[in-house]
Amino acid sequence: MKEKNNAINQEIVGRGNRDGANLFRQWFQELTATAEEGKGAAYVFVMGSINEILKTFDFPVVFPEINSLQTAVRRVAGELLSEAEDYGYSPDICGYVKADVAVQLNRGKHPMGRIPKPKIAVLTNACNTYLKWAEIWERIHDCPVFTIDIPGTRADGTQTWQGHIDFENDKKYIVAQLKELITVCEKISGQKFDIDKFRETLTHANTMSANWKRLLELNTCKPAVYNALTDGTIFLGVANGFRGAEAGARYFQELVQEMEYKVANGIGTVTDEQFRLFFVGVPCYPIFRRFNEFFTDWNGVFVSSTYLWFASGGTNVGFQYDVHDPLESLAEGLLISVRDAMDSMFHQHRIVMQSVEPFHLDGVVYHPIKSCRTVSTGLADGRRHVIENVDISTLFFESDLMDKRVVSEAQMKNRVDAFFEGMTSKKQTAGRV
Amino acid sequence: MAYTAGVDVGSTQTKAVLINEKKEIIGKSLIDTGANVIAAAERAYEIALENADIDPRFVEYVIGTGYGRYKVTFGNRQVTEISCHGRGAVHMFPNTRTVIDMGGQDSKAIKVNEKGEILDFCMNDKCAAGTGRFLGAAAVALDIPLDELGPTALLATKPIRISTTCTVFAESEVLAWLGKGKKVEDILRGVHQSIASRSIGLLRRVGVFDEVTFTGGVAKNIGMVKSLEEGLDRKVNVGENSHFMGAIGAALFALDHVLASRQPVAAEERR
Repeated sequence: MKEKNNAINQEIVGRGNRDGANLFRQWFQELTATAEEGKGAAYVFVMGSINEILKTFDFPVVFPEINSLQTAVRRVAGELLSEAEDYGYSPDICGYVKADVAVQLNRGKHPMGRIPKPKIAVLTNACNTYLKWAEIWERIHDCPVFTIDIPGTRADGTQTWQGHIDFENDKKYIVAQLKELITVCEKISGQKFDIDKFRETLTHANTMSANWKRLLELNTCKPAVYNALTDGTIFLGVANGFRGAEAGARYFQELVQEMEYKVANGIGTVTDEQFRLFFVGVPCYPIFRRFNEFFTDWNGVFVSSTYLWFASGGTNVGFQYDVHDPLESLAEGLLISVRDAMDSMFHQHRIVMQSVEPFHLDGVVYHPIKSCRTVSTGLADGRRHVIENVDISTLFFESDLMDKRVVSEAQMKNRVDAFFEGMTSKKQTAGRV
Repeated sequence: MAYTAGVDVGSTQTKAVLINEKKEIIGKSLIDTGANVIAAAERAYEIALENADIDPRFVEYVIGTGYGRYKVTFGNRQVTEISCHGRGAVHMFPNTRTVIDMGGQDSKAIKVNEKGEILDFCMNDKCAAGTGRFLGAAAVALDIPLDELGPTALLATKPIRISTTCTVFAESEVLAWLGKGKKVEDILRGVHQSIASRSIGLLRRVGVFDEVTFTGGVAKNIGMVKSLEEGLDRKVNVGENSHFMGAIGAALFALDHVLASRQPVAAEERR
């Protein structure tokens, strides 16, 4: 019986990370093949990829944000940043952009293969840098750029929903843009828009969204069954690259099965969970493993993060498309999900406040990054709001997602250690009372 | 009688403090850290032992702190200087609720409770602006010994506004003001005010609560004390041991450990 249980454990525990890595390799192999055949791809971003339409036209999709992240994790970002800076880009510009510029200048050479040129770039206004970034490809490759303008939250807490006149007008605005995108895609691909195939991609996206939402909820359990920072980054890669694909839908069904199994059997992601943490911001990829160890060395585990919300393009909402009214429903889903992704960056205090109790949080880690003012600017205000309203420890420390030149390990470790010393002392005091 | 020690290995100087069970300082030392961090920690500890006239066998627990805390190889444990400065400041000035620690390469604002436990903290990031190193650069440019910087700055009548926040560029800005014929004391006061302003920015991030205690090597500088008091519009606590606050805090944590680990004496034994 014990042997049988061990066999089940070995098969199911860690499956998500293994399968995620395999899917990733498969994705980049396909991109490499596309590049080597001299064919192009659709360049998209994580907040509003519109994969649902692009996959209907069989476009291979390239996520330059994910490509750049990979260069940092694989420790070649430093050379690429220098190359882009030598070319004339300022050290103050987003590191993701600069690493991608260097990849483009090197004809798509990337540590995971070769990145095809853009046939089209599709973006939303969720990040202000997206617009300038796409203009770079337009200049380098002379490719068409299609921007979908998604109305965001007018002011904190004023989101409107179905039936409200503002919402309905916003939806119409997006539907009109999607129709225009479909026309552009038909022209570029030479394929007629296939509504049945479109419904199929929406169905796969629905499965993924429902399971992504469930995945986030599952980590409210003690001990946490995955690390939102490290495992979460793998999940995010699959969620973006395989959105609207059958493989992506299946992956998340199986991932939820794995996590439910771990919950049922009390299998935590760390052996002796002492501190449950919420991560706000973007991780430090140049020293990703070490960055995580700063926390796990103290038996801390990241149980959730704003990153899992905004970098999934708002998949956390779990929006379900109505396949009987596909275009209107996609517009509605985009409006709600991409708006939520923006809110997760700009109004992060709401997510933190609502996560404290269900996730049994001990602390919140704010990690602003030099590269990205969009995601970092409001963190100081958000933190202040949280500590004024909730009795929770917080850590605020800065580095970067790409640029090792502004990553100082000794200083970072010092702050993390002091954060845990404070939480330890707080727990001891609470224990004495 | 139990003795414990704290050894604070900073980027510029290493401090060691020995205390007894009554939490009294019985020995201390201060040396330049230099390139051999392990040797600096050992030497500082030896000098403190000599100063206290205590045999090391009687020191029950040693805690290392500061950037070189993991190089205190003879120590029992490490605690960050953030926790140690908070603990030390509340011990020396019990009404302390905010600590500003200004060292050689970083500045910290620390919010503490009545036990000296850290409630919040904030530090300068990856830049030595607002630290002792900024003063060091000005001292080099003006060819004035570090000890004389503060008293000289207090002679100013028309302080210059130093605009750069970069420690490296500070030197060239100081030289530029000298070239314009400005007085050394006015330039120096400007340098002090510039650093104080950066530190006050850190303090405001954690919130300024009475009382404010100034710790670290720069606390010896009277010009900086005055600049902080002016900027904060309140008195700040400074004592003769402010420079040693990290080591004092470490020694106090060590004493906590010693006292907590003593076995309670059984009732029969007490009788």
